[in-house]
Amino acid sequence: MKAGSNLEKVLSSGEFAVTAELGPPKSADPQVIIEKGNILKGYVDAVNITDNQTAIVRMASIAAGAIVVKEGIVEPVMQMVTRDRNRIAIQSDILGAAALGIKNCLCLAGDHHSSGNHPSAKNVYDLDSIQLVAMLKAMRDDKVFQCGEEIEEVQPQLFIGAAWTPLADPKEIRVIRLAKKVAAGADFIQTQGVYDVKSFAESMKKACDMGLCEDTYILAGIIPLKSAGMATYMQKSVPGVNVPDEMIKRLKDAGRKRAGAEGRKIAVELIQQLREVEGVRGVHIMAIEWEERVPGIVEKAGLLPRPSL
Amino acid sequence: MIVASRKPLDEIIEIIGDYEKVLIAGCGTCVEVCHAGGEKEVEILASQLRMKFGKEGINKEFLSDTVERQCELEFIEPFLEKAEDLDAILSMACGVGVNFLADRLDSLPVLPALDTTFYGATEEQGVWTEKCSGCGKCILHLTGGICPITRCSKSILNGPCGGSDGGKCEISADVDCAWHLIYERLKALNQLENIQAINPIRDWSTGLDGGPRKMVREDLRL
Repeated sequence: MKAGSNLEKVLSSGEFAVTAELGPPKSADPQVIIEKGNILKGYVDAVNITDNQTAIVRMASIAAGAIVVKEGIVEPVMQMVTRDRNRIAIQSDILGAAALGIKNCLCLAGDHHSSGNHPSAKNVYDLDSIQLVAMLKAMRDDKVFQCGEEIEEVQPQLFIGAAWTPLADPKEIRVIRLAKKVAAGADFIQTQGVYDVKSFAESMKKACDMGLCEDTYILAGIIPLKSAGMATYMQKSVPGVNVPDEMIKRLKDAGRKRAGAEGRKIAVELIQQLREVEGVRGVHIMAIEWEERVPGIVEKAGLLPRPSL
Repeated sequence: MIVASRKPLDEIIEIIGDYEKVLIAGCGTCVEVCHAGGEKEVEILASQLRMKFGKEGINKEFLSDTVERQCELEFIEPFLEKAEDLDAILSMACGVGVNFLADRLDSLPVLPALDTTFYGATEEQGVWTEKCSGCGKCILHLTGGICPITRCSKSILNGPCGGSDGGKCEISADVDCAWHLIYERLKALNQLENIQAINPIRDWSTGLDGGPRKMVREDLRL
């Protein structure tokens, strides 16, 4: 065991893992975290807590993570972007997060702040996501800070994750980047939302052929669609996301009132299909401001009960 | 070259404030090439200011002069000589020129008329693009001559990130993804091995992050 988190235990035991996403509020209200956490409790192995996603200020991922730990609700995966912190702040936050009982960290570059709600902010990007993975691994395994100084007892024991967008172009480099993330020390991978299972399976085959599926645990991303409009937006505007036309048609045909239910049905089908793809060790359900729909999707996909390890 | 653009007239007027006798100081190198602060732009600005204040009956005097470069002592001597007789110098050089003059003029305000933007190249008439950040440790031999520090919005060293789409950056469809360009270029050069290994965490202290920089070449000193 590298960190001994529940997520690590589930994955290393060979169980098919389920994670979901929890977006912290744009306020200091802990109740929002508690309520969202309780919705997901028992339905997932761990919950990603986003870090100022889309560069919009929200409650800190570490703080929200500490709340769910303290309340004993669900295990958090703290997301950490390199957009807002330099290596000094990141390492300090990592020590603090580990001290607060957080055991998983997903390393990301983060969306550029120009599209967020503080576009006039100063850019940081001292590190990129791959370098962040390497830094956390060195803190955990080599017991050193990035500068080379030794970390005294206790070192941060984190299960280290990274993201993968297999279908963004240039596609050829995406497997190379995945290999770099794994070489840097990514214990698990959560992918961008997948709709085009065939293309995803092709990328997975390349990754598995390189031995990456043995060296890391890959969780396929699921973003439940709420409407045909959302599907069209994702198709057009989100890099690496390709929503097939027939899926958009299904949502349109369902009509406005039934589109959400159809979207959830599609999500369940995608989970079942992705489960069959070689190398997929779990799913990561990103139900954006739709956390209450995750339990139903997990249940219908036949992923209950969650293992208790 | 250093690329700059002239500030809007209203902002320049606000910056000039109550100063009455002002020398508009042009620079004949980079900012002349990018049509921001050379002799021609100095004369245009002087005319605009004279007309503006003349029309309002405000008594101000605008002198004009352009030197070869405001970043070398031998060229700025004429400005230094005139200083005693002025209320302010309005420099149309890049920020280097403004600083360089201000460092040498204890009691005379030196005001900027330009916004200095970047180190860039002229892509075509009227179009300039940023190519270098002066980071102090060049890695262009590894990236096919395309600078990720300058041309990637996140300055990442192991790109492209997940925000690259159709060769464009997530910040705008008008911005090329530098890592897409690097990938295509390295592929054409048969040098893809350059980006297969992890580019380690960088030492940014060679750039502005290490504090203001100074270069001393002992072999050249007199």
